[in-house]
Amino acid sequence: MSVLTTTSVRRVTRQKRLFVGMIITAVVVALAIVGPWIAPYGENEIVGKPFTHSGSFLGTDYLGQDVLTRVLAGGRSILVISVLATLLGMVGGILIGVVAAYVGGWFDEVVMRLNDVALAFPQILLALLVLSSVEQPKWWMIVLLVGASHAPRVARLARGVALGLVSRDFVASAEALGESRIRVVIAEVLPNMNAPLLAEAGLRLTYSIGMVAGLGFLGFSTDPGAADWGLMINENRLGLLVLPWGVLAPVIVIGVFTIGTNLMADGITQLAEKGDDS
Amino acid sequence: MAQVTTEQPAAATTTTEPPRRRSPWGAWAFWLARRLGLAILTLWLVSVLVFFATAALGDPIRAILGKDYESSPSRVATLEDQLNLDQPLVERYFDWLGGLLTGDLGTSLSNRLPVSELIGDRVVNTAVLVIVSAVVMIPVAFGIAMISANARGKRLDQVIQVILLGLAGVPEFVIGILLVALLSTTVFHVFPAVTISAGGEGPWQNPGSMVLPVLTLVLAIAPYVARIVRSTLLEVLDSDYVELARLKGIPEGVVMRKHALLNAIVPSIQVVALQLAWLAGGIVIVEYLFSYPGIGASLVDSVRNSDIPMVQALSMIIAAIYVGVNLIADVLSILFTPRARTAITS
Repeated sequence: MSVLTTTSVRRVTRQKRLFVGMIITAVVVALAIVGPWIAPYGENEIVGKPFTHSGSFLGTDYLGQDVLTRVLAGGRSILVISVLATLLGMVGGILIGVVAAYVGGWFDEVVMRLNDVALAFPQILLALLVLSSVEQPKWWMIVLLVGASHAPRVARLARGVALGLVSRDFVASAEALGESRIRVVIAEVLPNMNAPLLAEAGLRLTYSIGMVAGLGFLGFSTDPGAADWGLMINENRLGLLVLPWGVLAPVIVIGVFTIGTNLMADGITQLAEKGDDS
Repeated sequence: MAQVTTEQPAAATTTTEPPRRRSPWGAWAFWLARRLGLAILTLWLVSVLVFFATAALGDPIRAILGKDYESSPSRVATLEDQLNLDQPLVERYFDWLGGLLTGDLGTSLSNRLPVSELIGDRVVNTAVLVIVSAVVMIPVAFGIAMISANARGKRLDQVIQVILLGLAGVPEFVIGILLVALLSTTVFHVFPAVTISAGGEGPWQNPGSMVLPVLTLVLAIAPYVARIVRSTLLEVLDSDYVELARLKGIPEGVVMRKHALLNAIVPSIQVVALQLAWLAGGIVIVEYLFSYPGIGASLVDSVRNSDIPMVQALSMIIAAIYVGVNLIADVLSILFTPRARTAITS
């Protein structure tokens, strides 16, 4: 991880996509974190009639709550759930992929075949399946479901990257020195997989945001009544004709957020392709 | 092609060519059978996953009845009976699988009708939506890729790349809602925001209402396809044989169409298939957004009502589409790649 040294900071600023992506992402993340404190009204405070211009400049939502306040307050849940789901998916996927590549043989074959089965499942379907038999989803369920749907996709990539590494000399020499297999994976294989995995993490975060917000949009809320960007779209859909901001404001924030993270992921790929990242 | 049918002693063979025991057609059949077998195995494992994710996790009856769970034990008993909850889990699974294979998809819990009756029309509607989107998307994506590749490094190419990259990350419902606001409710009022179809009538009988769903799906998948096709085109344009064609004095337009585009088709089949397979999941949110009467919107409703038999059947259909599209893509890309073709038959 040499991302934080001064020379690499200069390299990042020269990489336009990565730089712009990081700024956009940082702005949205800051908005989501600080938002609840700078919101002009209470999250569930009724400031006027539904879908009117009372309250702050974005007007009111379907219950008469202030749209701006809801947007400012509704980012944290999406942010936290998406980041945790991405982390879970990345860690799980890397674990499966690297171990499969390193152990090899029939173990690799069986694990990757099962992985293909998991890949035959559209990502959102897994979440919907489990949600169908649950009365009220909890936030950690969404983390688990979204993370689990990422893992097989990450595993395939991680295995591919690791396969190119496990046959290299430095792995063989570490094994010859008598290092334990776990240590070889952690100290020799993983550190050399940084760039592609970082790019994948950015991409997975983009999809996590889309899925978590998408589930909210479909009306599956972990905490009905609480402000949440995805859920806001669902709640205010009927008002689109009257006062579109209740829908458009969260939609735009989600869109900008995903553009930011996606630019970041693409920038990392570009940086890695230029070969000046190690 | 001579066939070696007699077994030769190993020591006597000095030729480098491996003995061919199967005719090319036999090899093809074998390859296809293996690939089909894998697809069926995959679907079977998917069925296990679908069944146990819906039946074993959580408590379906509590989810169906919600607050009524405590107050009406009689309804709990009825539902237990309907879902055969008194039988062991594994037995229920095989009952369900047997029904699935014989075309009996069970009975919907929310309106007591056979599932197959409820989703028959909807499968057709979804198929129409997906096919129309694909038919629109493929030429659009290829066109954009060609324009972009032609203008490589120029301002136009850069602008197209940034737009494609931006679109690629944005969730489909964000694109859809922005389109609704732009073309239907807020800025212009051109197309209806929801699909209204009278019972029994397909939504395509009112083409205006299909424009926004199709446009949303196209915008959601075209960027990926266009980006991959562009980079494949660039790769081909840099190759020796294209250079040779240019040196022979063939005009650039012909080089692009005849040499570059044709050679970019195989990698493109894979990415188009990947995106079409993605559509199997993507339609869920898009159909819900536009109230399009297809299996995706139906799935969301069934999940909300905890209508387990519906959810199971619809999930299997969606997974089958996904597996099927990938299978077709594999076969097509083998057919279009001479090298892979020979690898199978020899």
